[in-house]
Amino acid sequence: MSDPALQVPVLKVDGLIKRFGGLTATDNLSLDIRAGEIHAVIGPNGAGKTTMIGQLIGELRPDAGTIHFMGRDITAMPVHLRSAIGIARSFQITSIFPNFSALDNVALAVQAHDGHSFRFWADARKDLGLREPAMAALEQVGLSHRAGVTASALSHGEHRQLEIAMALATKPKLLLLDEPMAGMGPEDSARMVTMLRGIKGSVTILLIEHDMDAVFALADRITVLVYGHGIATGTPDDIRRNEQVRQAYLGDETPSLQGAE
Amino acid sequence: MPALMHKPVTTMIAVALLGLLALVPIAAEAFDDPFMLTLFTRIVIMAIAAVSLNLILGYGGMVSFGHAAYIGIGGYTVGILAHHGVHAAWIQWPLALLMSGLTALLIGLLSLRTKGIFFIMITLALAQLVYYLGNGAYAYGGDDGLTILKRSDFGGLIDLNHRPTLYYLCWAVLVAALYLCYRTVNSRFGMVLQGAKSNDRRMATIGFPVFRYRLTAFVIAGMVCGLAGVLSAAFTDFISPAMMHWSRSGDLIVMVVLGGMGSLFGPLFGTVAFLLLEEILSSWTEYWKIVFGPILVLVVIFARGGIDGALMRGQANILMAGCAGFFLLYGVHSAYESDWLIPTAILAAAFALVWLAKWLADRRASAKEAGHV
Repeated sequence: MSDPALQVPVLKVDGLIKRFGGLTATDNLSLDIRAGEIHAVIGPNGAGKTTMIGQLIGELRPDAGTIHFMGRDITAMPVHLRSAIGIARSFQITSIFPNFSALDNVALAVQAHDGHSFRFWADARKDLGLREPAMAALEQVGLSHRAGVTASALSHGEHRQLEIAMALATKPKLLLLDEPMAGMGPEDSARMVTMLRGIKGSVTILLIEHDMDAVFALADRITVLVYGHGIATGTPDDIRRNEQVRQAYLGDETPSLQGAE
Repeated sequence: MPALMHKPVTTMIAVALLGLLALVPIAAEAFDDPFMLTLFTRIVIMAIAAVSLNLILGYGGMVSFGHAAYIGIGGYTVGILAHHGVHAAWIQWPLALLMSGLTALLIGLLSLRTKGIFFIMITLALAQLVYYLGNGAYAYGGDDGLTILKRSDFGGLIDLNHRPTLYYLCWAVLVAALYLCYRTVNSRFGMVLQGAKSNDRRMATIGFPVFRYRLTAFVIAGMVCGLAGVLSAAFTDFISPAMMHWSRSGDLIVMVVLGGMGSLFGPLFGTVAFLLLEEILSSWTEYWKIVFGPILVLVVIFARGGIDGALMRGQANILMAGCAGFFLLYGVHSAYESDWLIPTAILAAAFALVWLAKWLADRRASAKEAGHV
């Protein structure tokens, strides 16, 4: 196996800048995400993590800098095309189709990547080409037993699982997970960690998460974001030892860091 | 899933209603009441327009406040062609569909870039533009409108001058529109349409270019509504800008909301209820809207999801009470002037009986439940 550092990164962010009025939410951010890794981005509230995701997914246009995906410049590409070339995202605040069943939700994600949808006659809910891959994605996140339940009736933890099943169903090369454990109890969190470990390697993951136990348990590399700027990138051990990181961000959370060791 | 379990009830009632509608010409003949056929032809035509609006409003979440424009475009296409001596339906009707489709494409291209109240206002403004075009078309009667001297000619295949034939054609178009809507809504296209209504941001992130799907739905709805306009022109032998006035667009929205947005048969229920109420109340008093308005408000408050929603929740008692009251009113009203008294009295009594039985059964059930606890 060649040195992963020498391969073309799946995602290469270079000198990204995004300002909102006087506030610089993304400040000259550069980032390399390597194939197959789980790359976590951590940082205190307001560090610009969600703004960064917004630019990667195409909902926000950066003021400066470039984003390359598999060697291709996607800085100006619209949202739905980024999805088509293999970038998927889960939302920090659950974003699903509440009136559809869990299976319908995922089937719609499958449909998005199965040619155009100008098909007006055949019943989409009887389309095995959609239902089977959707069911497989639900199984992957451990939600297949709830396939027929209306999404609005699912629990919070199940919503988070559904989010990820929808993202996985688009067969992404890069999965952007925006705080998948947000609002979860320890039990659901642990299940999510196990699930993400299960899909690790099959898809490259950019993970934004506040749950440090989860981050240190999952990540191959971690980037620390403070005021929109990446102050350090390295393995979990590097980050733990990094004095600057301790001072800037982890200082008061050292006990939980040690807990993760 | 209680919602799904109640679904067949709605379908059964809707099928029964369509069956009853199919009997209207026979009943009109039997009671020797030509006005009945006139009223119900109008109802069926408006139901087609409401079904088309429901596709974009109910399933697509696009609150188009200018849907009556397509009725006008469909009607004017037929009227103008007839004015110039073109009576062949094979030319008139496809051209009317084409014109209403093109109009919808234009309006959609402009309006679908906006959302919420802006979308409502832009569709309203553009539809008013179409209205004033009709108003200013002096060659075709301006705001006086234009009388169509000869109805569309199907080469002897269908005789539109025969009123029951025209009625059955409208009825068939309504059934076809409902079936088209049913297929479309459950197809891949329909899933995209409903997904975009529910969460269009998510639709984009999973990879859908939502705009073009919305626009397509907008054009389909415009064309079906255009067909309602064609039928309307054939029925009244007359076109005028009034048929596309903004208040007509408002009526269509109310019909859809009253019947139940985003349910297949909602617009059918809504149109029948709306136009019958209008008919009765307006024959009572000039100020019928004073009564009509509060009724609509009551429906919105007490029957969320409209008539269809009440059916789905099994609120049959509310509906039965409504129907009984309705026919009672109608019976009293009819006593003055026509021989509808006996049939409507029978209907009112039947609904009242069903309502009473349901009410008693509910009471017994809840008493039993309380006893167990």
